[in-house]
Amino acid sequence: MNTILGEKLGMTQIYDAQSRAVPVTVIKAGPCHVVQVKQPDADGYSAIQIAFGDIKAKQVNKPIQGHYAKAGVEPARYLVEVRVEDPSAYEVGQKIVVSDVLEEGKLADVTGLSKGKGFQGVMRRHNFSGQGAAHGNHKKHRAPGSIGACATPSRVFKGMRMAGRMGGDQVTTLNLLIVGVDTERNLLMLRGAVPGANGSMVLIREAVKG
Amino acid sequence: MNKLDMLRGDYAREDIPAFRPGDTVKVHVRVTEGNRERTQVFEGVVIARNGSGLDSTFTVRKVSFGVGVERVFPYSAPIIQKVEVTRRGDVRRSKLYYLRDRVGKSARIREKRD
Repeated sequence: MNTILGEKLGMTQIYDAQSRAVPVTVIKAGPCHVVQVKQPDADGYSAIQIAFGDIKAKQVNKPIQGHYAKAGVEPARYLVEVRVEDPSAYEVGQKIVVSDVLEEGKLADVTGLSKGKGFQGVMRRHNFSGQGAAHGNHKKHRAPGSIGACATPSRVFKGMRMAGRMGGDQVTTLNLLIVGVDTERNLLMLRGAVPGANGSMVLIREAVKG
Repeated sequence: MNKLDMLRGDYAREDIPAFRPGDTVKVHVRVTEGNRERTQVFEGVVIARNGSGLDSTFTVRKVSFGVGVERVFPYSAPIIQKVEVTRRGDVRRSKLYYLRDRVGKSARIREKRD
């Protein structure tokens, strides 16, 4: 098992053995339950479905309730499918806790949904340089500049970076050092920042490139 | 931040006495020079407390050889060996930044009477 779901609680700082301050993100990681195991012969690929988070029973609709009931697992807020190489290592109803997945001192990758920033200009959204403050510039200080040539091609190319909605994307942060794992309270502390707002769901896995 | 309060038990410093802006404190700071360690005392007036929980800090101001010196200490930092409160001050605000513009008699703080 190399993946677990969690809730981002927030950031704080703690001190290491050399009395240096370490910025940490605290995550309530797991416990997760396996709801379904997908086998190559039945489903065409191998994966497991894991569930995490408290939810009121009346907030879960009937089809989903049935899906959980079949697995014998309490309905949860989040249900995520994770690809695995060997599905036979898991069984439906299996409980996954943070210490099964992650170990202090190792690296982890975290995937989350970044905070929405609304409609943003090109400087903030794509790190454009903008234009000069002086030299006769008039009302074009934060404009993108040219977005293409004239009669040829007489259109704007697809994918041209412009202003628009920013944030709310799936973002993965790689190689965060695991500073602490608390099995009793299901807490995980990672060095540095993690995508998403406090209270949002994050997916934590062993570092792919670590 | 309330969700992070559960970490307090693990990392918060219980040994630091309660103090407020206006109080005069002696902060014993561990200083490491190479591999030698000694204690330095920074004595002055607490002019601000910032933040909450584990991340909170306090600012101590003293006037050293006519020059104002301010130092910001993280509340839960292990470099703080201990904090002694030497004088309770009677002040009306939580941030005493006005002390920066004052010298001599007007920079005094009344002592708190119980």
